[in-house]
Amino acid sequence: MTLDTATAVAWITRAAEIIRADESRLTGLDAAIGDGDHGANLARGLAAAVTSLEETQPESPGKALMAAGRGLVAKTGGASGPLYGTGFRRAGKELGDGTDATGVGDALEAMLRGIEEIGGAVQGDKTMIDALAPAVAAFQEAAGNGADLHAAAVAAADAAEAGLAATVPLQARKGRASYLGPRSVGHEDPGAASTALIMRALAEVTAP
Amino acid sequence: MKKLINSPDAVIPDALRGLAAAHPGLNVDVENRIISRAERTPGKVGLVSGGGSGHEPLHGGYVGRGMLDAAAPGEVYTSPVPDQILAATEAADAGAGVLHIVKNYTGDVLNFRMAAELAEDDDVRVVSVVINDDVAVEDSTFTAGRRGVGGTIVAEKVAGAAAEEGADLDTVAQLAREVNERSRSFAIALHAGTVPAAGKPGFELAGNEVEIGVGIHGEPGRQRGEFAPVKDLVGYALDAIHADLPVSGDVLVIMNGQGGTPLIELYGAFAEAADWLQGHGATVARNLVGNYITSLDQAGFSITVTSLTDELVRLWDAPVSTPALRWGV
Repeated sequence: MTLDTATAVAWITRAAEIIRADESRLTGLDAAIGDGDHGANLARGLAAAVTSLEETQPESPGKALMAAGRGLVAKTGGASGPLYGTGFRRAGKELGDGTDATGVGDALEAMLRGIEEIGGAVQGDKTMIDALAPAVAAFQEAAGNGADLHAAAVAAADAAEAGLAATVPLQARKGRASYLGPRSVGHEDPGAASTALIMRALAEVTAP
Repeated sequence: MKKLINSPDAVIPDALRGLAAAHPGLNVDVENRIISRAERTPGKVGLVSGGGSGHEPLHGGYVGRGMLDAAAPGEVYTSPVPDQILAATEAADAGAGVLHIVKNYTGDVLNFRMAAELAEDDDVRVVSVVINDDVAVEDSTFTAGRRGVGGTIVAEKVAGAAAEEGADLDTVAQLAREVNERSRSFAIALHAGTVPAAGKPGFELAGNEVEIGVGIHGEPGRQRGEFAPVKDLVGYALDAIHADLPVSGDVLVIMNGQGGTPLIELYGAFAEAADWLQGHGATVARNLVGNYITSLDQAGFSITVTSLTDELVRLWDAPVSTPALRWGV
């Protein structure tokens, strides 16, 4: 299986659905150590991304991810709009024609690099990077060992969820949670939580 | 939740419609969420600010002669998006470039940066000044850094006055930076505000607790403290400010309410602040007492202290005509 245009669109659509369904949990996580709007913002941004896919009818999976990224930047606001938006745009640019597991691994790495570049966070800062970086590593390792797209995506989603769990003892160094200092310890990071959901969406839509 | 709203989704458009009705001298684009001055002065540096809604009168209430040219309000407690900031920048551009005054939050900084890049593509020169005056946050190069709070109002007023006088973009930007360097703020909350879409307060405090070093988005502060008389709470805040940037000479003080604090209490708090500052050898040369940068219905206060120069006093005193600040006109 490859990440064809329909699957790329299905990924964004499914991510929008599960973020919407989990909006109150994300908002609850954000209320504990941030300002309590992550679920609502991302649900609105992903809904805009889905609308932008319906309107533009992209002709390639790369263009689909880029259109989704533009929708996220245009409608999400906050930090997550530019971060996820840039991530999806970079992934889409990188994707090109190589849409097998290796190609998608490269695209996910481009997503990670883009988010690191504009957000300035590194692993351990208690941000979405703590879910995304291990997810990308797991995806690429699986793909390198010959896993197909779905198996690699499952490995990535599992790694993202483990990365999310690992944010609990961390003290935030970036984002609004950083204002709490030591009081940010003991909570899951909401950005890592939404990243885990987005990676799970990819695993679901690539299932045979 | 009881609020004077029609529905959580309608809060921002309804408030913008009201702003337009109350201030016909402003252009209020309810659809695209941009507040701008009706008239443009050719060759004047444009000033744009913006940020999440819920902090009114910041920023839309500071649009007008002698202050901002345009403001972009985001969703409640959420930064505006790049296209919106770009449109505000274009509305403010009168050929001499545009200053972005940005409060230091990751979302605001990122969205303003993307908008500035888009504006530069359209040949509008943009300089950004990031305000980070909140001493409650530990500053470090490894973190998101300090938040921008009450010092933003002083920066917008001083830079706006300089732009009105015809100063160029670099001069106006430098004045905003100088205000930021000379300003420090600290806030204490008695109870959290309620975001309309969330329906419940951002944090819960027991009857004898206060949130110390609280931010402007209902995000919890650096610690919980014990409720105390206003003299002690104001003293705690000023101690924190003084420890970071010792106060002396002429200062501007903003005794700001967070949205849910009666003015009678703010005046009591200001009396304590004036006594404290006098006891530390500083003189309150200028002041504001009231709701200037709020957090919906959060109860509590923030204090901003700006160490003044003759030039800053002159620019502060210059005429201003906006919904929230108006003098000399």
